[in-house]
Amino acid sequence: MTTRAPAVEARQLIKTYPGDVTALNGMDITVEPGTVLGLLGPNGAGKSTTVKILTTLARPDSGSATVAGHDVMRHPDRVRRAIGVVAQNSGADPVATGRENLRLQGRLHGLKGRALNERVAVLLERFSLTDAAGRQVKGYSGGMRRRLDVALGLVHRPEVLFLDEPTTGLDPEARTAMWDEIGRLAGEEGLTILLTTHHLEEADRLAGRVAIVDRGRIVVEGTPDSLKGELRGDAVHVELREPLGEAGGTLLRGALAALPGINETHLDASRVSVRADDGAAAMPALLGALERAGVGVAAATVARPSLDDVYLRYAGRRYSDVEAEAAGHLALAGGAR
Amino acid sequence: MSTAVAQTWYMTQRQLMVFARQPAYAVITLIQPVIWLFLFGSLFRKVVELGGFGTVSYLDYLVPGVVVMSALSSNMWAGMGTLEEIQRGTLNRFLTTPVSRAALMNGNVVHNGLVTALQSVIIVLLGLLGGAHCAGGVGGVAILVLAAVLLGTIFGALSNALGMLVQERESIIGINTFLLLPLTFLSTAFMAPSQMPSWMRHIADFNPLNWAMVAGRSAMSEQPEWGAVAGRGAALLGLAVVAVWLSIRTFRSYQRSV
Repeated sequence: MTTRAPAVEARQLIKTYPGDVTALNGMDITVEPGTVLGLLGPNGAGKSTTVKILTTLARPDSGSATVAGHDVMRHPDRVRRAIGVVAQNSGADPVATGRENLRLQGRLHGLKGRALNERVAVLLERFSLTDAAGRQVKGYSGGMRRRLDVALGLVHRPEVLFLDEPTTGLDPEARTAMWDEIGRLAGEEGLTILLTTHHLEEADRLAGRVAIVDRGRIVVEGTPDSLKGELRGDAVHVELREPLGEAGGTLLRGALAALPGINETHLDASRVSVRADDGAAAMPALLGALERAGVGVAAATVARPSLDDVYLRYAGRRYSDVEAEAAGHLALAGGAR
Repeated sequence: MSTAVAQTWYMTQRQLMVFARQPAYAVITLIQPVIWLFLFGSLFRKVVELGGFGTVSYLDYLVPGVVVMSALSSNMWAGMGTLEEIQRGTLNRFLTTPVSRAALMNGNVVHNGLVTALQSVIIVLLGLLGGAHCAGGVGGVAILVLAAVLLGTIFGALSNALGMLVQERESIIGINTFLLLPLTFLSTAFMAPSQMPSWMRHIADFNPLNWAMVAGRSAMSEQPEWGAVAGRGAALLGLAVVAVWLSIRTFRSYQRSV
């Protein structure tokens, strides 16, 4: 395999559900092999529908998609051999044990005999389920169940792994553990991951590239840092050792205004806040100016814009508002699709 | 092909394990027919005196009736299991693997068939224990069991189709409650045909439960009418094929609705 064709490529996917609900409205996705793409968006933005189409569960009304080089509509069987899927409800059999669930999943992918036994043992060990392997899944904690779900998705060593909201419903501790696990997976050679999430923090932490989904299409895509970098102005905060006097303040204000790349300056008694095009680049000049003015510095921080700011800019709405609205709709409709 | 057979077996095995690991459920499925057997057996003991039953012991007449009724009542809940698998995400998990789509459906059919056969055999054995006679011998019992399995397949497949179509527990519960007793009593399960009002007899001719009833009971009798057995058996088989085909069609439409 010398080609570097995208591991996942979707072009202009459109999907409408009965009742004129447009789930996808021209979805374009490209995931390069060996990378992690995070689809970030609120509930109902079209993330799960995208995953269902790419994993051969649903068919789009129009558009095309390939996964691991196979057309999802023409060769769904080849796609299924190449993908691992961890859905929001992965549906491990609660009456079966963890080991039995894994064995069945392996068999459905054509593993048998010693290869199957070994693979199952490796996965149980890796996801810290060896001790619980002989117990029925209905007795598992939420975190254990989720780890089993991921193990189920990996049984046949897929090329592309789909993780649909992998940490939804987990407590903070289990969530952090799951993040570590996904981080390790992402580092493995060749594995491509498409992750959907509505947690800004999760996308920021796990995904090499983030695509923001709004109303059934991607509104912007890039690395988390480049997306945030496009927003003009980092916030730079400097804590001063001693409060500035009236005169010192005026003097300092003049000095800072003369610095290049600094847009706004805000002075409190013992705190200087500026917005800079590039906070890190502006920092030395800023500290230099403070030193020349004879002002002692206690601490300095640069705050990059968050993905929340990015979402606000490209979707035109504040992420937390959309989430709250979606939650309201769900409560009214009595559940998610 | 052999892969599809192996996969069907994996799916069957998985469901049998669920059945075996939920002892309360398994016991109820197997015990409830026993209650029917002794309840109806005692309640209607004297109706044989009316004549037309072809036997002097009501229990002889009742055993095939309870076998067939139980086949109906246990299989018509198959859709609940399918619904649960859909809601839990299990079905979608299987659908994203290369497993043969037919194996997913066939696993259900084979599992339900095995449970129905086991249940039928237990009822017959208990009947014999209670003093019933089985003039048709082992061959007769085998045909009764086969007829019960075919009937179960029909209603199991229809129930699955319904589960996938409506995706609501309440609909399945409602329709089953609505159908079970009318289907059972509009048949010769408990009453000799000659004692039934003629309009009921005509309706019973179109009742698949009664086909299984007639075929099984005739095969169990001293002088089976093989023509009737074969005719009803063929009708059951035909309907079972149609019902399974319908459930596979519904399965496809479920996949489109995901």
